[in-house]
Amino acid sequence: MDHIVLVGASAAGLTAADTLRREGFTGTLSLVGDELRIPYDRPPLSKQVLAGDWEPHRSALRREADLQQLRMDLRLGCRATGLDTAERVVTLADGDRLGYDGLIIATGLRPRHLPFGHDLAGVHVLRTLDETLTLRAQLQAGPRVVVIGAGFLGSEIAATTRGLGLDVTLVDVEATPLARQVGTFVGGLVADMHRDHGVRLCMGRHVTGMSGEDGRVTAVTLDDGTRLPADVVVVAIGSVPATEWLAGSGIPLGDGVLCDRTCQAAPRVYAAGDVANWPHPAAGGRVRLEQRTNATQQAITAARNLLSGPEQAVPYTPVPFGWTDLYYTKIQTCGWCPSDATVDIVDGDPEAHRFVALYKVDGRVVGALGWNNARALRAYRSQLAVSVAA
Amino acid sequence: MKILIDEGKCVGAGTCVLAAADVFDQRDEDGIVVLLDDDPPHALLPQVMDAAARCPALAIEVVE
Ligand SMILES: Cc1cc2nc3c(=O)[nH]c(=O)nc-3n(C[C@H](O)[C@H](O)[C@H](O)COP(=O)(O)OP(=O)(O)OC[C@H]3O[C@@H](n4cnc5c(N)ncnc54)[C@H](O)[C@@H]3O)c2cc1C
Ligand code: SF4
Repeated sequence: MDHIVLVGASAAGLTAADTLRREGFTGTLSLVGDELRIPYDRPPLSKQVLAGDWEPHRSALRREADLQQLRMDLRLGCRATGLDTAERVVTLADGDRLGYDGLIIATGLRPRHLPFGHDLAGVHVLRTLDETLTLRAQLQAGPRVVVIGAGFLGSEIAATTRGLGLDVTLVDVEATPLARQVGTFVGGLVADMHRDHGVRLCMGRHVTGMSGEDGRVTAVTLDDGTRLPADVVVVAIGSVPATEWLAGSGIPLGDGVLCDRTCQAAPRVYAAGDVANWPHPAAGGRVRLEQRTNATQQAITAARNLLSGPEQAVPYTPVPFGWTDLYYTKIQTCGWCPSDATVDIVDGDPEAHRFVALYKVDGRVVGALGWNNARALRAYRSQLAVSVAA
Repeated sequence: MKILIDEGKCVGAGTCVLAAADVFDQRDEDGIVVLLDDDPPHALLPQVMDAAARCPALAIEVVE
C-alpha cells in the first residue's frame, strides 16, 4: 500500500494517521479536513472553551511539531466532495483528485437544524471551535439564553452558560434532560441539579417558532403558547452523519457509513468515529456511537485492519464509554443505558451525589452509569467487557 | 521512559488504567489519573504507549 487517504481531520482521522505510522506504514498519508484549524478536540468546546477557562489552542489534538512528525500531506480547509471506489479516487472541492490504495472515512457529524430560526442573528449551533468562539463572544453582553435540546450537549451548554451567571432556559420535548440518553431516573437527578443552579426548565415542550426583530432573535415560542424572551438561542437537537460527499459512490449509507464488523465499508475503505455504523454483537444489531473514546478506539482498529487486510482483520467490539461534565458533577456511562431499562443503585447513594447505577434489560446488565464515581465505575466497565467478549 | 501527565486535561476516563494497571490508577474522588510509577520498567513500554494513544484527553505524554 503506497497511498492512504484519511478524510476528516479530527479525533478519528488523526488517530488513524498516528496508528498507521506507529504500525510502520511509510507511504504517503493524506489527511483531508474541511476546517481551517489544525485538528482540535471537541469535548472541551462546550465546557472549558465556552466558559472561557481554556484558550482555544489548548484544545489542539497535537502540537505543530508532533503533526510534522507524522509526515502527512495535510489538507486543511479542503472539503472532500466525491468518491469513486472503482477508480479509487477522492475528489476535493479545490478540484484536486487524490488516488488511494486505502481510505478511512472519519467525517463525523453535522448539527441538525430546526426548520426555522437559523437565519436570525443570535441563533447558534455548536460543533466546531469557530462556532464556540462566536457563541462565547455573544455571551459577553450578558444575554438571556435559551438552549433547545437537553441531551448531553444542550445540558452542558446550559450548565456552562449558567456558570457564567447568565439567565438560562433549557427546553426539551422529553420529560427530563438526558431522558433518551440515560433514562428518566438519572434524567430527573440532572433536572434537579439544573434547577438548583438556577436554570429554568421547560420539559415536555415542543418549540414551535422563533421571532426576531431587525434580523435578530428576540423570543422562542413553545407549543403551550409560552413565549421565552431570548437574545441568544443555542439549538442542540442532535446531529446527522456527514456523508453527503459519499452519495452515489456505492458506499453503503444509512445512519452513517454502514460497515461490517471490522469497520470495512467497501474493499480498502474503512470508517471510524461518529460517522461509522457497524454491527456490534452485544447490541444485537447495528450501532453508531457519538463518544470521544470511540473515535480513538475505532480509528485504531480501522487503521490496523486496513493495513492487515481483510483476512487478518479483527471485529470491533468495544464497551461504549462516554462522559459529561455538568456543574461539579461528572457523569460517565459504559455499555448501553437505554431509557426502558431498570436502574439499580449498586454503589453509593444519589442523595450523597455519588453512586453507580446498573442498567438491566430483561434481567441482563447492559450498562452502568457513574455519578461522581469514576473509580468505582471502572470495575463494572471491566465486567461489561467480559460479557461483550463472551 | 518518563511519563508526564496533564491533570488539567484528564477527564477521568480510566482508559489508561485498563491499558496499564501497573502504571496508572485513578483518584477516588474525581477519577483523575494517578501515576503509580513515573519511570516504569522498559517491558511495560508497549502498554504505556497504548494507554497514551487511547487516552481520550491526550493527557499522557511518554518520553522514551
Ligand atoms: C461540543 C461537543 C462536546 C462533546 N463532549 C463530549 C464528552 O464530554 N464526552 C464524550 O464522550 N464525547 C463528547 N463529544 C463527542 C466527541 O467529540 C465525538 O465523539 C468526536 O469528536 C468524534 O470524532 P470524529 O473524528 O469521529 O468526528 P468529528 O470530531 O466530527 O470530526 C469530523 C471532521 O471531519 C470534517 N469533515 C466533515 N465532512 C468533511 C468533508 N466532506 N471533507 C473534509 N472534511 C470533512 C469535519 O469538519 C470535522 O472536522 C462532544 C462533541 C461535541 C461537538
Ligand atoms: S485515560 Fe486519560 S483521561 Fe482517562 S483517566 Fe487516564 S489520563 Fe485521564
